Amino acid sequence: MNMQPAVSSDLLRIDPEAETERITGWIRETVFYQLRRKGVVIGVSGGIDSSVVAFLCVRALGSDRIQILFTPEADSSPDSLRLGRMVASVLKTESAVENISAILEEAGCYQRRDASIRSVVPEYGPGYKCKIVLPGLLDARRYAIFSIVVQSPEGETKKVRLTPEAYLGIVAATNFKQRVRKMMEYYYADLRQYAVAGTPNLLEYDQGFFVKNGDGAADFKPIAHLYKSQVYQLAAYLGIPADIQRRPPTTDTYTLEQSQEEFYFTLPYEQMDLCLYGKNHGLSAVDLAHTSGMTEDLVERAYQMIESKRKVAKYLHADSLIIE
Amino acid sequence: MLQTIRKFVIDNYLFGEEGKLGNEDSFMETGIIDSTGILELVRFLESTYGIKVEDEELIPDNLDSVSKIVSFIQAKQSALTREDDNILFQPLEKLPT
Repeated sequence: MNMQPAVSSDLLRIDPEAETERITGWIRETVFYQLRRKGVVIGVSGGIDSSVVAFLCVRALGSDRIQILFTPEADSSPDSLRLGRMVASVLKTESAVENISAILEEAGCYQRRDASIRSVVPEYGPGYKCKIVLPGLLDARRYAIFSIVVQSPEGETKKVRLTPEAYLGIVAATNFKQRVRKMMEYYYADLRQYAVAGTPNLLEYDQGFFVKNGDGAADFKPIAHLYKSQVYQLAAYLGIPADIQRRPPTTDTYTLEQSQEEFYFTLPYEQMDLCLYGKNHGLSAVDLAHTSGMTEDLVERAYQMIESKRKVAKYLHADSLIIE
Repeated sequence: MLQTIRKFVIDNYLFGEEGKLGNEDSFMETGIIDSTGILELVRFLESTYGIKVEDEELIPDNLDSVSKIVSFIQAKQSALTREDDNILFQPLEKLPT
């Protein structure tokens, strides 16, 4: 008799009440007794993950021990600050806005990024918008090679494959954003003797979708064990504003609207969740395909991609190494 | 050609350790080259062999081992030669102006 469990999004269903209890208990124990900090700083982006972490931390420690931080910069969507403020207002927490554009300007973030873009799109200049994209996993069996999409002030778009120098130059420059944000969060943490909360979900944590010493840095990561769709279940249970629950996951790093799917995962998060679950639980591509509606070929490619991203993530997760 | 490509892969991704690379070894399965590495490899092939690798050619069948790369480059080069020959042997009135 086949005892294989049915593979569907039901597999990712959690009991949100019990999970909330578990996480909030863990946050109290971790922040107060392991880290010995008086509260928590959370950078809130107006996205689902940081909002859920903020709600959980308030439940765990009380709103008077939470410092919410907004760190907009020149390329941020105005929605990020608007939705972030909504979180702070609902939770009645202390919040602060630190616009990091000037720091980024001084560090040469924008200028270095634009110089790298101009090496492949010479006409790129003021008024242009851009984003980096990968081909979707559904697009045929192609390597995940980055291209840049630029939009001229007149609205004309153009997609160009990146050279290695341009790709690395753009990523290295834009990574200033996540690192400066983390620097600001630790300023507040030092000021108030608080711990810094990290906000990655399991997909991001496992697959290395974070900047080392940027958003990857934190004192604790309370939802890094949850698949993205489980984070949405918690969001619904915690009563997170509907506008935030409806907002499509975005990187909010580039001037053109960019989904996490086109920048990193190459599959919609629901499918990525299922593939990561299948991979983590030893399900064959045939079994996962059979019951999830994906093709066997797609699942196999997703499994390969998960494995290859894990290899890259190993460096991102590594602490400073020392001689034993 | 095979030695040049081997040398590029060994120097750039295996830190010079020659013995670790078989010509048939899959880069993906062995994890030798990541997606940034593929960008570097493509740029190297384009500049060394005077070819243009199209987006639709960025597939493991063409680039996933030293041997596959050699076959791919040879096929690209012979296609280029055929194109040149066609131009040379066209009737005079069809020559590009």
